[in-house]
Amino acid sequence: MAAETSRTARLDPSSATVGMVLLLVIVLGFAGAASATDAGFAAHSWMFLIAGVVGFAALLGWHESGDKTPTFDKAYYEEGVVKAGIVATMFWGVAGFLVGLVIALQLTWPNFFYFPDFPWTNFGRLRPLHTSAVIFAFGGNALIATSFYVVQRTCRTRLAGGMWPWFVFWGYQLFIAVAATGYLMGITQGKEYAEPEWYADLWLTVVWVAYLGVFLATILRRKEPHIYVANWFYLAFIVTIAMLHIVNNISLPASAVGAKSYSLFSGVQSALIQWWYGHNAVGFFLTAGFLAMMYYFIPKRVERPVWSYRLSIVHFWSLIFIYIWAGPHHLHYTALPQWAQTLGMTFSLMLWMPSWGGMINGLMTLSGAWDKLRTDPVVRMLVVSVAFYGMSTFEGPLMSVREVNALSHYTDWGIGHVHSGALGWVGFVTFGSMYCLTQWVWKRPKLYSNALVEWHFWIATLGIVLYICSMWVSGIMEGLMWRAYNDFGFLEYSFVETVSAKHISYIIRALGGGLFLLGALIMIYNLVRTARGDVPVEDRNRASAAPTLQHAE
Amino acid sequence: MATAKKASWLIRNHKFFEKHSYILLVGILITVAIGGLIEITPLFYLKNTIEKVEGVRPYTPLELAGQNIYLREGCYVCHSQMIRPLRDEVERYGHYSLAAESMYDHPFQWGSKRTGPDLARVGGKYSDEWHKQHLVDPRSLVPESIMPPYAFLANQPLDFAGIQRDMRTLGIAGVPYTPAMIERAPDDVLAQAGGDLDVEAMKADYAAIAGREGGVLVRDFDGVPGEPSEMDALIAYLQVLGTMVDFSTYEAEDLSNKR
Repeated sequence: MAAETSRTARLDPSSATVGMVLLLVIVLGFAGAASATDAGFAAHSWMFLIAGVVGFAALLGWHESGDKTPTFDKAYYEEGVVKAGIVATMFWGVAGFLVGLVIALQLTWPNFFYFPDFPWTNFGRLRPLHTSAVIFAFGGNALIATSFYVVQRTCRTRLAGGMWPWFVFWGYQLFIAVAATGYLMGITQGKEYAEPEWYADLWLTVVWVAYLGVFLATILRRKEPHIYVANWFYLAFIVTIAMLHIVNNISLPASAVGAKSYSLFSGVQSALIQWWYGHNAVGFFLTAGFLAMMYYFIPKRVERPVWSYRLSIVHFWSLIFIYIWAGPHHLHYTALPQWAQTLGMTFSLMLWMPSWGGMINGLMTLSGAWDKLRTDPVVRMLVVSVAFYGMSTFEGPLMSVREVNALSHYTDWGIGHVHSGALGWVGFVTFGSMYCLTQWVWKRPKLYSNALVEWHFWIATLGIVLYICSMWVSGIMEGLMWRAYNDFGFLEYSFVETVSAKHISYIIRALGGGLFLLGALIMIYNLVRTARGDVPVEDRNRASAAPTLQHAE
Repeated sequence: MATAKKASWLIRNHKFFEKHSYILLVGILITVAIGGLIEITPLFYLKNTIEKVEGVRPYTPLELAGQNIYLREGCYVCHSQMIRPLRDEVERYGHYSLAAESMYDHPFQWGSKRTGPDLARVGGKYSDEWHKQHLVDPRSLVPESIMPPYAFLANQPLDFAGIQRDMRTLGIAGVPYTPAMIERAPDDVLAQAGGDLDVEAMKADYAAIAGREGGVLVRDFDGVPGEPSEMDALIAYLQVLGTMVDFSTYEAEDLSNKR
């Protein structure tokens, strides 16, 4: 009895509330598994049930472990969840790149990795797996990990919410696992980048609200009078993604215990809402959130202040205001009324300016520290990411012009465009941040090997260049071939002629993707050695050189 | 300090946001809500958003099951269903797509990429046998094709146990299924796929919404008698794509259609 009370005394409210949520998950998972109308929903109910049980057991185990150190001590930063986030980011990154490589090879040689009896090996099911893995799993974990780190440092306070940051982390991994297995089983809403079905969406909403709560509560107890610019961007990302996610996923489940749902919206309204969502997943998930990383890790790594405070203010508000309007440029010449298309195009062109405002602010932060480009490959990675950001945010407005879009839409040019943003900007800024974070949270004086960062940088850069150039060639080529006429006024090419014409480009694209994956594997090796605290390669060489070379005195 | 330039208006006033997290939060929410509200809400009340044409009807239960297979296999990832009013597209695929044609698609299937050709008007272009052979082994018909084979569809019996539930849900979302259509749905699946059942009531019900006769194709789509397969459903869906609109009732030059 006495032991019981002393334990209860230690039970903090955050662990208790997380525990209650987990119990609810267990109950709902059990109910779903017991009464599911289809195999997919049953499988996912089991996943929730098992995750709830494992989570609850872990919580109990942690609570009973008799750890004497005060829990969630406000005197210290919370770094465990950041470490977990680094591991998750790199794990999902490699998984996502690997699936990308597989589907690139499937488009090149359609019999690759195809088993006639397994529907899940089809391109149609693997492609959402790739896009979600890189955007939401790799990018999302990078955002959660870095935001949890940055908000603590810039507010000079421990992450709020006690156990809740861990709930956000593991809850998000559960969402990824449910979404990914759903795609393979054919459970999908049929909307690009919003494929997960209603129950996965509801779960993500719960996790996201917890994320917003943790982030906001940390800002509220900051010891700095001002909220740092990176946190404006993180906050805009979290809030806007919540709005987009909820509105775009309004749907009617056909059954409370079945996987299938139908979107409340149809046809043209459904199209615009989807691309309002889709384009702003780019704008707020892949841009605002990653700009926050840029605003923390570049100044920190080069030890210079942000170049222009005023520019930060102007480009922050204009970026988030204008981005939201740009969605209709995905629907040029479609059955969407033209006034909406024109609005979308106009704002997309205007978007060029705030985008470049961010790029300039990031690049110019190196003022007085340009030599670091040469001496620190991590800085080079961060800076090249900003350069790719500038390139793809110039290309985007260009492609949003109706006449250009007439050529570029539906072609590989779009694929090339998103990858210059995704590999160049999102990928490189994440890699740069992860190199910094690993070194910092594991308290290492330097990375295990700068030479390996160099290798990663050059291999990945070569991969990106091969990728985007091959897609420019194939995209513009197929766009021109589709509209080519012969001397008699007939269409010159059949559709399949344009498909076979792209074969060489597809080989080069797969090679580029393979190089990018190879670079990430090198990075993981480097990060693991750094985290383990192995003697940096550069220091080891110096140490071993000392005895053999003696001063000639 | 005396020489230091006074901070600009912007910087002095921006402190208001930087020092109050809730005000920053609300400021962000208002800023990001405006664009979407102005662009999206009019689509729900402007009458000319969807053209007034005759012929468009909800999918029959078999076609609906086919559309769900189309979604499940991720066909929209490589095939668009949206023909743009550009000369080459109209010549290659047919009349440009109207908003009316996807008004019963929850969600829309316009797509964003043409790794394969557009399918907005693929209905009636090829025979059922061609579709079946092409889905089983695309390269047996088009040697350069990079489409994955979907042979398993032919072997999987169609699961339509939940079809009435699905139609009821779509009814709530605004698809005008009548209680009779929903009541009869399982029989309609069998009837449309060539089962020896009465099809007149089904044809009449769907024609009533379409405003014209002859819109429902009734035959054994996969050529295998007996229980309908997933192949039956998918081909039934593909064969109806783009065939519904009665273009004699579409007035392209009408002012309300120049939106």
